Amino acid sequence: MMNFSYTRAETVADAISAVSGDPGARYIAGGTNLVDLMKYDVERPGRLVDITRLPLRDIEATPAGGLRIGALVPNSDLAYDPRVERDYPLLASAILAGASAQLRNAATTGGNLLQRTRCYYFYDVGTPCNKRAPGTGCGAIGGVNRIHAILGASESCIATHPSDMCVALAALEAVVHVAGPEGERTVAFEDFHRLPGDRPEIDNTLKHGEMITAVELPAPRFGTRHTYIKLRDRLSYAFALVSVAAGLEMDGGSIREARIALGGVAHKPWRVPEAEALLGGQEPSRELFGAAAERLLQGAQGQGENDFKIELARRAVIRALGQAAAGTPQVQSVKSIN
Amino acid sequence: MAEARPAPGAVSVSLTINGKSHAVSVPPSTTVLDLLRERLHLTGTKKGCDQGQCGACTVLIDGRRVNSCLQLAVMNDGREITTVEGLGAPGRLHPMQEAFVAHDAFQCGYCTPGQICSAVALLKEGRARSRAEIRELMSGNLCRCGAYTNIVDAIEAVMGAGAMQEAAE
Repeated sequence: MMNFSYTRAETVADAISAVSGDPGARYIAGGTNLVDLMKYDVERPGRLVDITRLPLRDIEATPAGGLRIGALVPNSDLAYDPRVERDYPLLASAILAGASAQLRNAATTGGNLLQRTRCYYFYDVGTPCNKRAPGTGCGAIGGVNRIHAILGASESCIATHPSDMCVALAALEAVVHVAGPEGERTVAFEDFHRLPGDRPEIDNTLKHGEMITAVELPAPRFGTRHTYIKLRDRLSYAFALVSVAAGLEMDGGSIREARIALGGVAHKPWRVPEAEALLGGQEPSRELFGAAAERLLQGAQGQGENDFKIELARRAVIRALGQAAAGTPQVQSVKSIN
Repeated sequence: MAEARPAPGAVSVSLTINGKSHAVSVPPSTTVLDLLRERLHLTGTKKGCDQGQCGACTVLIDGRRVNSCLQLAVMNDGREITTVEGLGAPGRLHPMQEAFVAHDAFQCGYCTPGQICSAVALLKEGRARSRAEIRELMSGNLCRCGAYTNIVDAIEAVMGAGAMQEAAE
């Protein structure tokens, strides 16, 4: 690991001024991804500004009936918070589907949004990668690409966003609170991450020096009509090949509104409002879910080794909508999927 | 041996490790794992992957299990660390260590300190109530020898003993 200088920030304002004035500076909190990337020389910050002592550790009720989650709330504390377990079980489930107990204890809410892709080429500094070293090319296109994107990819980059939590946050339509040198702003979840296009080195819409201070959840929805299904190469402690967060608002026997987000398939959690709209006013059925899956996956393109993901995602969406409609969400310690 | 002069850019860190205070000066890039093993010679904590993928380096920081390979020592200034050496010692083993011996919950032993620290935290967290939940919540500790069945047996035995004790109280 390249050495660096270290600063411990005492206030949000101090942290922002330390990072925004230094192009080589980065914030560090849980460190579960950044320290790892620094060991691989993928990230080489000249200075780390430690934000772990900032007062961003609370989960508070909002006037709108939702929750405001401080950026430093550890993933495990969030998943096991009684209000989250009761009102946002989809979020709790997605968090517990990710990483391991040890990593969830260290990783923070803000950091989860900012984790970088797990593309093998991104991690391997001996190979070309447009995300790590812009302009060098993409090793994954035509290379080893089992874990790569089938939607929203570009000729520059076919990496995926690795988070489970973010897939649930997309379905829940969370809002990201950001503070920076120019003040505070909020970002709708769907606008936070971006597609690679011809600038794959940019993962999201934060500017240098900006910091996530909180993630806000709107008032609870879906009741028991939700699920998070994660499919991967081993049964736990592995990144998703495909995951689905689904939530349904029911009106008697028919669906009033649906939210579906896919993980493991794109550079950001994948939502298609037209696919969700197909479900509105309809009675749940396998055919209906199949039509929504087709619309969600419209334009999907395999890269060779990951061609299977298209069919896997289609089936996972149908299963997830079935579980959500029945009010029988997937339990993450149960490894069979009904 | 006299403490070496701090390297340029070194930072002072005070930690309580297994109940004992330590003040050291380390480069900011030093992980808790390297501090424990290389500086303090507490080699019970193992380095497996050094990337947060295997769990061999699991320790408890302020009572919570974490991968020490991904923790910068400087960020843990003032915190309390418990390693496998702090759980028990020959002749007065922690109940989890005794259970690992009784259930033959290891073969080569390299992952064992991490498994035991992780299992002690698992019990304290109180989230696992079945074998399936133990397996899921222990998935951050890999065992290349494949001692998983016996590891779950050992944890279940300590969990069961705890439940019986609670019932008796």
